[in-house]
Formats: sequence, structure tokens, C-alpha cells
Amino acid sequence: MATVDQNHIKIHPLLVRLTHWVNAFAILVMVASGWRIYNASPLFEFRFPAELTLGGWLAGAIQWHFAAMWLLAVNGLIYLGYGIASGHLRRKLLPLTPVAVLRDMRDALRGRLAHDDLSVYNAAQRAAYLGAIAIVLVLVASGLVIWKPVQFHTLGVVMGDYEGARLLHFFAMAALVLFVIVHVAMVLLVPRTLPSMFTGRVKIKGGTT
Amino acid sequence: MKRRTMATSLEDFSAREIASLQRRIFMKRGLSLGALTLLSGCDVTNHDSVQKVLKAMSRWNDGAQAWLFDPNRLAPEFPESAITRPFPFNAYYGVEEVRRVDAGTYRLEVGGLVREKKAWTLTELYALPQTSQVTRHICVEGWSAIGKWSGVRFSDFLQRIGADTTARYVGFRCADDYSTSIDMPTALHPQTQLTLRFADRILPAEYGFPIKVRMPTKLGFKNPKHVTALFVTNEYPGGYWEDQGYNWYSGS
Repeated sequence: MATVDQNHIKIHPLLVRLTHWVNAFAILVMVASGWRIYNASPLFEFRFPAELTLGGWLAGAIQWHFAAMWLLAVNGLIYLGYGIASGHLRRKLLPLTPVAVLRDMRDALRGRLAHDDLSVYNAAQRAAYLGAIAIVLVLVASGLVIWKPVQFHTLGVVMGDYEGARLLHFFAMAALVLFVIVHVAMVLLVPRTLPSMFTGRVKIKGGTT
Repeated sequence: MKRRTMATSLEDFSAREIASLQRRIFMKRGLSLGALTLLSGCDVTNHDSVQKVLKAMSRWNDGAQAWLFDPNRLAPEFPESAITRPFPFNAYYGVEEVRRVDAGTYRLEVGGLVREKKAWTLTELYALPQTSQVTRHICVEGWSAIGKWSGVRFSDFLQRIGADTTARYVGFRCADDYSTSIDMPTALHPQTQLTLRFADRILPAEYGFPIKVRMPTKLGFKNPKHVTALFVTNEYPGGYWEDQGYNWYSGS
């Protein structure tokens, strides 16, 4: 890790911080407008509270959803392109073994998971972050099938065509919302992780400032 | 997943539409509470500029969809056993307000950039070569249903009336005061159909008697019912829902 000064190290590169917050905004818009779209023809016996949705009515929600999808996609491509090319993703999220994930999750539930060094993700974090990336990829793929079921018909075949893609899109959304809830809860439990997502830096343990 | 019956779907729909109409009046100049929360601190001016951005993005999406559209790619066809029964009714009004068009006096008017501007009687249209399709109708609301439609291939009809197929748009006007318009590549798509029959029967009133234009490469609301006039033009014709903010291209 790059040392910023004698007391701080840099753990989040600028591009990762930027794409993180753009992504957070894009996901918020996508989920809130998506709930409005869901409400127009619910898959299940419930609707999302209108106050939590975005767009005012179906046409407005669709405008938001299909505008923010470009932000989500372009931002995601920049993040993944940078992460893969620079080795950032490999360095931070790999290696990952199921044994390590189970061990760290058990420790986390017992409140014993160490997070002294914020520059290194534990296995549970790695699994969660890789999972979130995978979920967004599923959301994009199923979203493409719902948006263009004829043009992306081939992609849709593996999802059970248009109606299958709708279900997949819904469950992937639910999984992502779950991730966000856990993610934010973890930040609340370890609040000093939050400033570093803006500044990129953390204080070295034992540092003087 | 529970499949809704046609009746509940209808009630749902009209109740929702009335609610959405009321809401739309309220929302005309602004955004939802959710958006306000999201973009906290924005004033009316910002609303207008957000609206401008959203409209611009919708136009950008028209272009993106036109670029994605493959004129040779066919919408999947299904066996007749896959047909959704009963097929849901949908319009901007309830099923009790369905327009009854008189078959005897009906004429399909043809105008704009076409060579032969004569009006067509139903007898003349029924006499033209017919094709059938069993395809999925996808509503902008999200639900879908499979139906069987038969009629005249629209590209054949355009050729017959001597339409300028280099023009940009084909517009439709309907007996129920509905209107919509499509791009020429979609008009020329092999599955775009001047529909005269539904499920092998003369098109019932609720599905658009006497003429619907069926295109499985577009969302349901782009498939007009009770069509009384069509015109070929280079000037953007808009449409009933499109003018209110629904994406114009709305392709599948």
C-alpha cells in the first residue's frame, strides 16, 4: 500500500472511490425507479410504498430507470476495466476460499472478526464484494432481456425468456438490496471505514495524528 | 407466481390509471417525493432541468434502440397451446368504454407520403393475402401475454399503397382518439401486421375491431387498435402516451 505520509496509508485509489459513489447513486436511482415500475404490474402480492419510489408514475420511473442504466453501465465498465487492468480486484478480492469465508463469517457473528488493518479485506468481505459485482452483472443481463426481449432473445433463453428474466431481475434486486443493508450496517459498526471511502486514507495504527 | 385473472387485472388497471392520471396532474411540473428526497435541496428550476435531462436521455434511448434493432431478427413464435386465455384487455379506458366501430361505414384512410390515397373498405382488406403469428405481447407495465393475430403483412400493404419507405415515420389515428407512431424500419419488419383477426376470429371489439396494427418488436401501447387512418411522414407524429412521457421508440 502506498504510504501517504508517516501516519497514513492509502487504501482506496481515487478511481475506486469515485466509481463507488457514482455506483451508489446509480443503484439508488435504479432500485427506487425499479420499484415504481414493479408496482405497475406486481409479480407478487405486494407493492412497494409509493413514497420510497422514484418517478411519480410509470412513465417517469421508466425515464429514470433507462437514464440511470447508462450511468450504472458506464461507471461499472470503468470500475471493472480499471480493477482488472491494474490488478486492484485481484489484489483486494482474491484469493477466496469457501473455508475462509465460513470461518470469517462465524467470527463476524461472534463479534470476534479482527479489522485492524482496513487495507486488507477479510474473506467475508471479499465474498460479499465479489457477490455484489456478480449480482450487478446478473441485473444488467436480465435487465437487457427485459428491455429488449427480441433483440437479446438468445441471452434470455438461459433465463427462461422474458418472464423468467423478470423474476431473475427481481430476485437479483432483492439480493443487492440485502447486500446494501449489510454493507451499511457494517459501516455503522466500524465507522472509521466511512471517511476512508472519501479520502482514500486510513491512519496507521499507532500513528501520531 | 399467481396469474391474475382478466377481471382483476382490468380493475387493477383502471383504478391504477385513474390514480396515475390524478397523480400525473399533480406531478406535471415536478418529480415524486422520492426524487425530492433523493435530490434534496433542489428547487423548481432544478425540476425543470432534471426533466430536460430525462427527456434528452429518452431521446438518446430512441437512438440506442433504433441502433440495436435488427430488421431481420424475428420475435419468437409460440405453439397455439401457449396462447394466454383469456387474453387481457388493456387501453387507456375501461373495457366498458370499448368503441364499437360500424363495419359497413368503416374506411381505413391512407395519407401522407403515399402514391394511392384511396380509403379502404373492410371487404377489400379481407381480400388481401393474410399471414398469422403467435407472439408475445409485452406491456410497458411489465406483464406479457401470448396471442394469435392474423392479417396483412404491413410491408406488403405499404408497398401496395405506394408508400415512400425512405420516409421516417408511420403514424396511426384511431377511433378511440388514441394515436401512436413508429419508425419505418419497424413498419417494414416482416412480423409487423395490419391485423384483422384475433385467435382466428374477426378481431373482437376489445382487441381493436376492425383493425389493429400488431408488431411483436414493440411494446403493447405501440400496437394501436381501432385504426382509422395511417399516414407516412418525415415529421415526428408523437402519440397519446408518447406525448405524456412514455419513451417513443419502446422497442422489444
